[in-house]
Amino acid sequence: MTSILEPLQFAFFQKGLLVAALSGALLGFIGVYIVLRGMSYIGHGLSHAIFGGFAAMQLFAAQLYVVGAGLWGVLSAISITAVSRRSRVGADAAIGVITTASFALGVALFAKFGTSGPSFENALFGSILGISAAQIWGLVGVTLLTVAVVFLRYRVLLFTTFDPDVAQASGVRVARVEALLMIILSLAILATLTVIGVTLVAAMLVIPAVIARMLTNSFGRMLALSTGIGALCGLVGMYLSYYASVPSGTMIVLVGAAVFLVVLAITGARGLRRTAGLDSHSEPVGVPR
Amino acid sequence: MTGTGVGEALVTLTDVSAGYGDTHVLHDINFTVREDQFTGILGPSGAGKTTMLRLLLGSLKPQSGTITRAPKLAVSYVPQLETVDWNFPITVFECVLMSRTARRLLPWATAGEKADVASVLERLGIGDLAHRHIRELSGGQQQRMFLARALLRKPAMLLLDEPTSGVDFSTRHDVLHLLADLHEDGMSIVLTTHDLNGMAAHLPHLVCVNHHIVASGTPQEVITPDVLEGTFGARMEVLQHLGVPVVVDDSRAAG
Repeated sequence: MTSILEPLQFAFFQKGLLVAALSGALLGFIGVYIVLRGMSYIGHGLSHAIFGGFAAMQLFAAQLYVVGAGLWGVLSAISITAVSRRSRVGADAAIGVITTASFALGVALFAKFGTSGPSFENALFGSILGISAAQIWGLVGVTLLTVAVVFLRYRVLLFTTFDPDVAQASGVRVARVEALLMIILSLAILATLTVIGVTLVAAMLVIPAVIARMLTNSFGRMLALSTGIGALCGLVGMYLSYYASVPSGTMIVLVGAAVFLVVLAITGARGLRRTAGLDSHSEPVGVPR
Repeated sequence: MTGTGVGEALVTLTDVSAGYGDTHVLHDINFTVREDQFTGILGPSGAGKTTMLRLLLGSLKPQSGTITRAPKLAVSYVPQLETVDWNFPITVFECVLMSRTARRLLPWATAGEKADVASVLERLGIGDLAHRHIRELSGGQQQRMFLARALLRKPAMLLLDEPTSGVDFSTRHDVLHLLADLHEDGMSIVLTTHDLNGMAAHLPHLVCVNHHIVASGTPQEVITPDVLEGTFGARMEVLQHLGVPVVVDDSRAAG
């Protein structure tokens, strides 16, 4: 018991625990929409794209990297949506080109010019050390914004996730809703980037949502469960990262993977059946004639 | 049943061509849906039936030509069951409530909405299934659930994509009767089908499509060997049974 309470005496750990739990909850919450829309790869791609903006802003105005990386992420998200909507290039190919090029640019800039902000390794794998009060408030702000958007646009988000064609015909502006989702996804990735890390953010967008899907058939319960599981992974992962002296992001993701395996063992074939097809919802199987 | 409709035009397609990307699926379509119309769009797979439905629905823009709609036209759409993500985590109630998306910001249903959903589910005979997951329904119940979602909008025009595809004989019979009742109540209905004997022959009005409109009229007028050959690209024999055309494969008829 003493050893569990021991790290809590450190202010940086208390702060880290709060940030890790909030990051896990935020990614778990928004991850439900990402997973059910078959957009898991977009989360992966966007986190890499944002890294490009993050690195570029280190060169010009390190203190404004949040703004720059955020804008970069939103522009990348809008580019992906536009390219995949208006051309013969599929969404997966558009993400592959736009986001990996952005990531490569980030790596090149880091290698050439270094950084005055978070280190290369911290940006990739996450670290709670050196998280500023502004970053914490940023994370709280993005979480509140995300909850507000989902609360007020709950029905249209659900409709466009399940049945975009009929939603469009029913008067829902599907493109606008998709853009809104992309913007809050970009902001969520940006806000959690220094905690979870660029390479691991995508995992936390997917793992809690998939676990929640294995446990329930209800959309509302899936949202609540995924948020709770994300927060739990953040808390436990944070603790384990302290004892194991490894980056926080890696431990948070490993805890998520462990929970996934436990839930898989408990739910068995039923859980697997529920998650079937989660990667194939965004693109129509064929062009309807 | 009037079939062709007698009232005002709801949607008019004039010289419309449509498709996806550089692919042209439909050419020079001239077609009007009127109040009180009940039409089946008949054609083989890939002929452009769903594309025509999407043009009427407004979810697809034409590549050329014009589409005119009656002001504030309420349209509902029932998708093909095969295209639905049945693994999606929603209950029947949640699915039907989607019809009310545009009217309310808050997530939960009002007492009035709950009563409306319960009433439409009851009308369609699935009132006791409201809290089941959508995958737990039979094919006929799934079809009724989407009909319930469509009807909750109180549409002037109901579009259905292959409503009897993949359902058993009894369900097909039930769906046909249900649609006939809705039409009797004054709703315009347009559906697609490639089922000649089970569906098309029982509808009041047909439009035969194979990338363009081959023919239109009553089943007696269009279910003929020549029109069917122009539509499906294969010669078929047409017999008459109790005043309803019955299509048999020409080789079997000859043999």
